[in-house]
Amino acid sequence: MKQHRFRIILVVISLLGAITAFAQSGSELRFCLHSEPKTFNPLLAEDDSSETIRYLTGGVLIRVDRLTQNAIPELATAWKISNGGRTIIFKLRDGVRFSDTTPFSAEDVGYTVRQLMDPALHSPTADSFRSGEGAVEIQVLSRNRVAITFPAPIAGLDKLFDQVGIMSAKSPQKEMAVLGPYHVAEYKAGSYVLLQRNPNYWKHDGSGKQLPYIESIKLDIQQNRDTEILRLLRGELDFINSLDAEYFDKILSQDSSMAHDAGVSLDSEQMWFNQVASSPLPDYKKEWFRSTNFRRAISEAINRDDLARIVFHGHARPAVGPVSIANKFWFNSKLQPHPFDPTSALQRLSQDGFQLRDGVLRDRQGHGVEFSLITNSGNKYRERMATMIQQDLAGIGIKLNIVTLDFPSLIERITRSFNYEACLLGLVNNDLDPDSQMNIWLSSAENHQWNPNQKSPATNWEAEIDKLMRAQASTLDSRKRKTYFDQVQEIAWEQEPFIYLVNRNALSAVSPSVHNAHPVVLRPQVYWNIDQLVLGNEVARKH
Amino acid sequence: MKWAPTLAVSLLALTAAACVLADVIAPASYTHQFRAEPDAAPSRQHLLGTDDLGRDRFSRLLYGTRVSLLLAPAAALLSSLLAALIGGTAGFRGGRVEKIVMSGTDLFLSLPWLFLLITVRALMPLNVSPIVSAAITFLLLGCLGWAAAARVVCADARSLRNSDFILLARASGSSGLRLLWRHMVPNLLPVLLAQFWISVPAFILTEANLGMLGLGVAEPLPSWGSLLREMQSYPSLAGNPWRFIPLLLFIVLVSCFQLVMVQEELPA
Repeated sequence: MKQHRFRIILVVISLLGAITAFAQSGSELRFCLHSEPKTFNPLLAEDDSSETIRYLTGGVLIRVDRLTQNAIPELATAWKISNGGRTIIFKLRDGVRFSDTTPFSAEDVGYTVRQLMDPALHSPTADSFRSGEGAVEIQVLSRNRVAITFPAPIAGLDKLFDQVGIMSAKSPQKEMAVLGPYHVAEYKAGSYVLLQRNPNYWKHDGSGKQLPYIESIKLDIQQNRDTEILRLLRGELDFINSLDAEYFDKILSQDSSMAHDAGVSLDSEQMWFNQVASSPLPDYKKEWFRSTNFRRAISEAINRDDLARIVFHGHARPAVGPVSIANKFWFNSKLQPHPFDPTSALQRLSQDGFQLRDGVLRDRQGHGVEFSLITNSGNKYRERMATMIQQDLAGIGIKLNIVTLDFPSLIERITRSFNYEACLLGLVNNDLDPDSQMNIWLSSAENHQWNPNQKSPATNWEAEIDKLMRAQASTLDSRKRKTYFDQVQEIAWEQEPFIYLVNRNALSAVSPSVHNAHPVVLRPQVYWNIDQLVLGNEVARKH
Repeated sequence: MKWAPTLAVSLLALTAAACVLADVIAPASYTHQFRAEPDAAPSRQHLLGTDDLGRDRFSRLLYGTRVSLLLAPAAALLSSLLAALIGGTAGFRGGRVEKIVMSGTDLFLSLPWLFLLITVRALMPLNVSPIVSAAITFLLLGCLGWAAAARVVCADARSLRNSDFILLARASGSSGLRLLWRHMVPNLLPVLLAQFWISVPAFILTEANLGMLGLGVAEPLPSWGSLLREMQSYPSLAGNPWRFIPLLLFIVLVSCFQLVMVQEELPA
């Protein structure tokens, strides 16, 4: 009798488990956030987790299509840029409501822009809109028309609105009332964020069915990448948005249908030499680092193909310059990666008086060429790149000392004390427009890493870059802008203040149960078309 | 189990000999990258395969063991000497001196030394050769690792101070230094030796942990820290059992140290 009862309990437990599993897989998409979201306010999103939630919940006026990289209408059905690039007039979609049923109107756009530009809010998104001194003027022309005038022209203005989630001026729920495909239904700190489908989402598919198809999204807060991979392989997660090469290959070997390599991304890895005049380096080293021949020689002595093949397991490509080949419009297709050519490197060095004697490269005064390369500790890819560069440079008689530092110490050295010789870091690039690189290329900028905050350009080529960057930022003609920025890329290629090493590929893993997923190189790689995604057992329901 | 300590000593001696003769035994330079064969499986040319940059794992294991086995005992010796000096003096003098010194030791034990190590690494000159950086890392470990041992030595010295044979020596006219050198030190030696043998694997482990934080021995010089760091990620381990060999050797050698230590403690 006891045995019989035990069997019944087992059957009931199994049935309950199966029902739960079916319910979970049937209606809920699951993936991981790697940290706690710092805010649900779309204007304050800065960290990856908050940006994920902004993308999934926020309604925007204009969206940058992640596939074509063009601006496409969303809540604004049309827009016009006038007044020399200072004013943008939006015509808004009618009949749209927030998730809490509050109607959407031009007032909400005005409210959002006022909030965004409020200096007290410290919105990181607002920085791109701050073109000059003065206030932003907002004119609500009618219920569905609004004009926004900035104090100075902003190049690529329309695409910047991709980052601005519209907030409700009237809803008592404030930032929790949203216009995107999902709204935040539950948040358990340290555990998960549950998003539910927005019942008032304005988009419909071709057959008139309201989007999105998936009922809810559970974002598990999970830092450990190993656990994340295991959960994906066990079917507990539906995708991993971004993977590194090692994990990607692991998934590829276990289930190749899950692994997606979307090709070269916008992210780059680069090294540079300290050219700050006031740095505490010996004068002869300053002279080396300021020499174009020296920088070009180092660049030619580095085998970028090997870096891409060995360090990134082939999921990277030798970098050309400041713009990745993935940036379809802005990449200067005339340029090619610097070839690996140690003989040419030695020739360039000999032009500056360097000589290779007994396996040691020496400058005119007889100093052996030795310098240190700092990078952040804990990043195994950068440490491996540094070690490979060390061997490459040993081939032309240069001794490279690798120093891994904790991030705060590294930042202190490259931004304040300037007590370093060369640095290896990466650039995570989310923006296609060169305007986002103004803070890198202007000689007066803080992020002009090799020699920041210059009062006047230290070299002629930096002066030329300043001129070209300002010229591209002050014109609205995209062809002219492209011409100017192509020249910037050519100067950067010629002078190599940054020695660009590789562009990593955009790698992701998607469970076969997720349909309509077409990972791309722009963030968010997998769920950029979240409202079109369908889970396996919902395909029948959709059709 | 009487043979166990003998086996431990033999294994340690064998490892030490292999490390000393690394220049002769190693099939390749520990820095050379065979770029055509990264992550290669064990073969005739590469007995333990190659690492992710194509460097011969066997050669790196030999040189890495040499670095760790040479510097960890040196650091352990330094920390044991400091412990003997500080703990021994406090225990021998007793009273207010002991209270002050032991309070200082407790304070020292409670400080977050990891941050000091990070800071020192950040403040060190950048153009330092990997060998010097390794030596500095172990020197710091030696300078910071004395406190726990000092407490043990102090307790032992205190009980010795109050023992009958010390009282007898005092009564016979032995003065401070003679008392310390002739009577205290020989009796403290077993506990100091035990502390030394405990410190050696502890420092090796600490260097391995520091290596995982990128604060240990600099590339391209191998150490157990850098060898164990390769095992951090799950994808690199799965299906490659030979990657566990540095860990296996580490466990064997630490066990050997423990066995030798037990052997040292037994007569005491």
